[in-house]
Amino acid sequence: MARAYTPLVVLAMVLFAVAPVAVAFAPPEQVMGLIQRIFYYHVPSAMMLFLSAFVCGIASAVFLFKRSARADRIAVSAGELAIVFGLIVMVTGPLWGRKFWGVWWQWDAKLTSAFLLWMIFVAYLLVRRYGGPGAEKLGAAMALFGMANVPFVYVAANYWRTLHPTTNVVMTLAPGMRGPFWLCVAAFLLLYGLLLTLRKRLEDQRAAVEQLYLAMDE
Amino acid sequence: MTFDFDRLVVDDVSRNFGRRRALNRVTLTCRAGEIVGLLGPNGAGKSTLLAIVSTLLAASSGEILYGSVTARAAGPALRARLGLLGHDLYLYPELTARENLEFFARLYGCPNVPAVVGDAIERAGLSERADDLVSGFSRGMRQRLALERALLHGPRLLLLDEPFTGLDDASGQALVARLRGLRQEGRIVLVATHDLDLAEGLFDRIAVLRDGRLLLVDESSASLRERYRDAIAAARR
Amino acid sequence: MKQFARVAWIVMRKDLTVEVRSREILYTTVFFAASSVLVFAFALVREGRPMEDAAAGILWIAIAFAGTLALGRTFERERQTETLRALMLAPSDRPAIYVGKLLGILILLGVVELVLVPLVGLLFNAPFGARPLWLVLLLATGTLGFASVGTLFAAMLVRARSRDVLLPVLLYPITIPVIIAGVRGTAALLQATPDEPMARFWVALLVFFDVVFVTLALWTFEPLMTE
Repeated sequence: MARAYTPLVVLAMVLFAVAPVAVAFAPPEQVMGLIQRIFYYHVPSAMMLFLSAFVCGIASAVFLFKRSARADRIAVSAGELAIVFGLIVMVTGPLWGRKFWGVWWQWDAKLTSAFLLWMIFVAYLLVRRYGGPGAEKLGAAMALFGMANVPFVYVAANYWRTLHPTTNVVMTLAPGMRGPFWLCVAAFLLLYGLLLTLRKRLEDQRAAVEQLYLAMDE
Repeated sequence: MTFDFDRLVVDDVSRNFGRRRALNRVTLTCRAGEIVGLLGPNGAGKSTLLAIVSTLLAASSGEILYGSVTARAAGPALRARLGLLGHDLYLYPELTARENLEFFARLYGCPNVPAVVGDAIERAGLSERADDLVSGFSRGMRQRLALERALLHGPRLLLLDEPFTGLDDASGQALVARLRGLRQEGRIVLVATHDLDLAEGLFDRIAVLRDGRLLLVDESSASLRERYRDAIAAARR
Repeated sequence: MKQFARVAWIVMRKDLTVEVRSREILYTTVFFAASSVLVFAFALVREGRPMEDAAAGILWIAIAFAGTLALGRTFERERQTETLRALMLAPSDRPAIYVGKLLGILILLGVVELVLVPLVGLLFNAPFGARPLWLVLLLATGTLGFASVGTLFAAMLVRARSRDVLLPVLLYPITIPVIIAGVRGTAALLQATPDEPMARFWVALLVFFDVVFVTLALWTFEPLMTE
């Protein structure tokens, strides 16, 4: 493991310890009040979900066309993280929605897109798990197609109720909010990088074990 | 743009499925005008090797050279020079024998399709049943049809996977004669089988595979059975 | 290029010949689509009057279900005789095989839709004849979107385990934008005053989808089909 890993873990822990404090001290939002603060975790999680989707999609493309096993290991790690962060989005979103709109789900464009993207990556893991031998390639196709689908999903989810996009809750970040927000983004990004590295390392170890088994046969 | 070659070179080819090694550093050369027998017990890796040589499967390491050219370099034109008779025969049961041959002749870009198909039907001995659905054919009839299908486009390299399965004595002899004819024409014939009786006297060389490893490549004229048994016994020690 | 088109045409013709002989997939798919429509009708019709926009939704869901079934059956046929391998051995650009199969599926689904549209129109009193040109465009681009992804996935799953259940698992999430576009576009056309700009918007989206995903499928067909 790279030498930098442990200090970075400590840094991440510090960031996550500081973040709630920063969020608590951020200026309150006019309309929503206390519940708005859930955005400080909801939005960075959504950013990680989309980031993961692209990492997985691109890694899958490299795996498919260059037959690089390393790319496949990155892809499966990113795929799993997409599901983890997607789960955070799916939990925090309705929690906020319930307080603000009074209903758990309102089919707003962003949350619906996130949900569909999340489903695509659940399917990705399902096919890898249950597709039998050679399923890595099938998953790679799914991830690639899923990534290509992101703009279409977004447009469709945005316009499916009326031709004019629904007035999403577009938050204007007041100056005082920017600090805590970007702090949270940094914390999540660091956490994402650490988890991805850790998960990929697990895959690398698995591949090394397979190689050892093969070498035994020689 | 035709592509041709005069030998097949299997160079240090390995293939693994997960942690199971199906082929382990197999090296073999086959020349034009040669019939090579690929022998070995079930699960030895014969079908895997044929699949790799026919470009349906990629090798995990090592290379296959057709002449001096890899499959990648040769591109789709390589497949015009390969013929594969697989265990599953690759015939459409809902089409007639003639329609099957016509389809594949067109697909493989054969010129003068009706003549080529007519010849093939005659050589398969299916002239009376040419317009019957393949679903009604016996195994032997399908085998003969499938062999002609594999030869329609005049491939340089012919790969046969267990071609004697389900053939009665007469058909088996006919197949042996046909393969000898192909050898005369300067083709490379690679036959995977574990039917040693019918294959007796057919092979110029034999390659014995076991657990993915090439045990022996032999050209002696001793009885096939003897050579095979010797090879397997030697491996056991 | 000409070789490509020739191979695609040959493969398509073979598929249609086999299908015309037995008509198994055609009859079963049409019947299945019609029964789906009935099931949805009973679920969504209250006191003899369907819910708003039910007709559009039911039409596209039936197309999706029927399409999945047809795709599964078509490739199951190839799997049983391993003829897909023989196709892959042809000395042509392998994506041509994909195109041939896709064309066959499109024709099959086209026939199914010829039955479905009047049926749904009849049962739900939906004026499908209002803007026939737009409707045909919607159906064409939507079916192409669905079938393009479906044909690739069905082909790549031929050698996979659990292939029957994995096809819908993989296909439906990817084709949700197609379904949304198809349903919203059709619903727009079925309104009292058909909303053409809306239909145009959705057709445009579908055209983009088709271009992107047919291209992706052509690129990925060969790497996916060779192990």
